Amino acid sequence: MTTPIVKINNLSKIFHSPKEETLAVKDFSLEVRAGEFVVLVGPSGCGKSTILSALAGLIKPSAGEIIYNPNKAIKKKPSIGYMLQQDHLFQWRTILQNAILGLEIQNKNTKENILKTRKLLEVYGLGDFINHYPNQLSGGMRQRAALIRTLAVDPEILLLDEPFSALDYQTRLAVADDIGSIIKNEKRTAVMVTHDISEAISMADRVVVLSKRPGMVKKIHEIKLSCSKQTPIIRREAPEFREYFNEIWKELDVHVS
Amino acid sequence: MSLKNDTQNYSQTFSREHLNYLKDIKRQKILILSSRIILLVAFFLIWEVAAKFKWIDPFITSQPSRMWDTFLSLHQNGSLYKHIGITISETIIGFVSGTLLGSLMAILLWWSDFLSKVLDPYLVVLNSLPKVALGPIIIVFFGAGYSAIITMALLVSLFTTIIGVFSGLRQVDKEKITLLKTFGANKKQILTKVVIPASFPTIMNALRINVGLSWVGVIMGEFLVSKAGLGYLIVYGSQVFQLDTVMTSVIILAIAAALMYIGVSYLEKMVLEKRI
Ligand SMILES: Nc1ncnc2c1ncn2[C@@H]1O[C@H](COP(=O)(O)OP(=O)(O)OP(=O)(O)O)[C@@H](O)[C@H]1O
Ligand SMILES: [Mg+2]
Repeated sequence: MTTPIVKINNLSKIFHSPKEETLAVKDFSLEVRAGEFVVLVGPSGCGKSTILSALAGLIKPSAGEIIYNPNKAIKKKPSIGYMLQQDHLFQWRTILQNAILGLEIQNKNTKENILKTRKLLEVYGLGDFINHYPNQLSGGMRQRAALIRTLAVDPEILLLDEPFSALDYQTRLAVADDIGSIIKNEKRTAVMVTHDISEAISMADRVVVLSKRPGMVKKIHEIKLSCSKQTPIIRREAPEFREYFNEIWKELDVHVS
Repeated sequence: MSLKNDTQNYSQTFSREHLNYLKDIKRQKILILSSRIILLVAFFLIWEVAAKFKWIDPFITSQPSRMWDTFLSLHQNGSLYKHIGITISETIIGFVSGTLLGSLMAILLWWSDFLSKVLDPYLVVLNSLPKVALGPIIIVFFGAGYSAIITMALLVSLFTTIIGVFSGLRQVDKEKITLLKTFGANKKQILTKVVIPASFPTIMNALRINVGLSWVGVIMGEFLVSKAGLGYLIVYGSQVFQLDTVMTSVIILAIAAALMYIGVSYLEKMVLEKRI
């Protein structure tokens, strides 16, 4: 559990537009261990999404480096799954067809892999809906389908960018619990961004608090909760929960001005 | 017994107010349809009567009964179907080639950001140019025949197609494209897996507009060069002062264009429904 799977060293990113340049992230360093669940919290616009995009290889860092599997001899980039705020299920595809989108793109849509994806859908409660279209599903089910679409390509690292913020509060709690458990069950490494401090504590092994833009690490909290079962909703009832909450709340230094 | 139950259930599920509401909707529909029919019949009736009593000069305005005779004689000597067939096939060829070529070029522009930026002003100019001005040039290049007419129909719809389809392709949600990139998709996969299917409604809409434009192109072309077709009948009729032929052809043209429009709308609905 303690072997690092990815190491970010002094990552900086500048965005350019004809009028100005924006330093979104500055000297951000973080080590993510295999199998852990890391949550990034920080003020709006501090560069959280930028960090995930860099991890996914969607944008090139302006400075610094990202090393995958730093302790291994072959530093191959692990396969990465990215989940966005909207589920972006394609309305012209059925749930199963949506779920195998990644397989299709990576030319891995073999009978075997499709069957595996079907199993995932069945295990996580979408078995009766594989031939339905996304608009026939509730928001929570859609988000679950989106997660399975991400899991289908068997990623070693999952990146989740505010994956529940499009859902209403009740659904959000249930789906966070759901998806947190799925990720734990499937033993994936995950890096998630959220604005919800409770959600962060309830799901994370570690919470990384970022400063205002340009985003730098302000504090890293190792979350250790004394509770019997480790599902997000039960974790919310742990006695230490409030302490973590108050500390992180203070560090985020939210002003309503 | 079961039938009685059914009707009872029916009136139980809907309140009296709702039943009245449904009745109102139906009444409204019937009223609209009958008004439409009355309007059409009255128009031709007044036309006929006015011509009969010489309130208007039927030599200039023609007259529904004379148009009917013209229609019958054209039908009997078979030339009606020759003319309709020629015009429709020119329109379809112009429509299909304009749509295909236009969509293809729109994809090309989507593919190359640089190319689309370079060509942007030219597209705007060509799109706003009245294509009929190119008529004489087209005749010189292609000769006074079918190919000139089809080229005309193609040109009229080409640039609107390029611009319409291109903007449809570009409007596709950036995040959907990002999603595909996270799976490592290449440009061709982005095009076929998300950009084209997502902009399908826009593309279909462009098609519907194109049908109308293709008719414009074909009739314009036939005015300029042809020896057959509905456009030719109209021009020929006016030259020899047979307003009966002119009016009959215009009405047939209106019906043919409307039918084709309905056909394409129906096709659009079917395709969109099938993919939900
Ligand atoms: N493609 C881009 N071009 C220019 N500026 C960008 C781009 N992407 C992000 N930025 C800027 O970089 C900064 C960080 O953006 P980022 O989206 O990473 O923040 P965030 O922490 O995810 O914010 P939020 O909590 O609102 O999602 C912002 O000021 C944003 O305006
Ligand atoms: Mg963000």
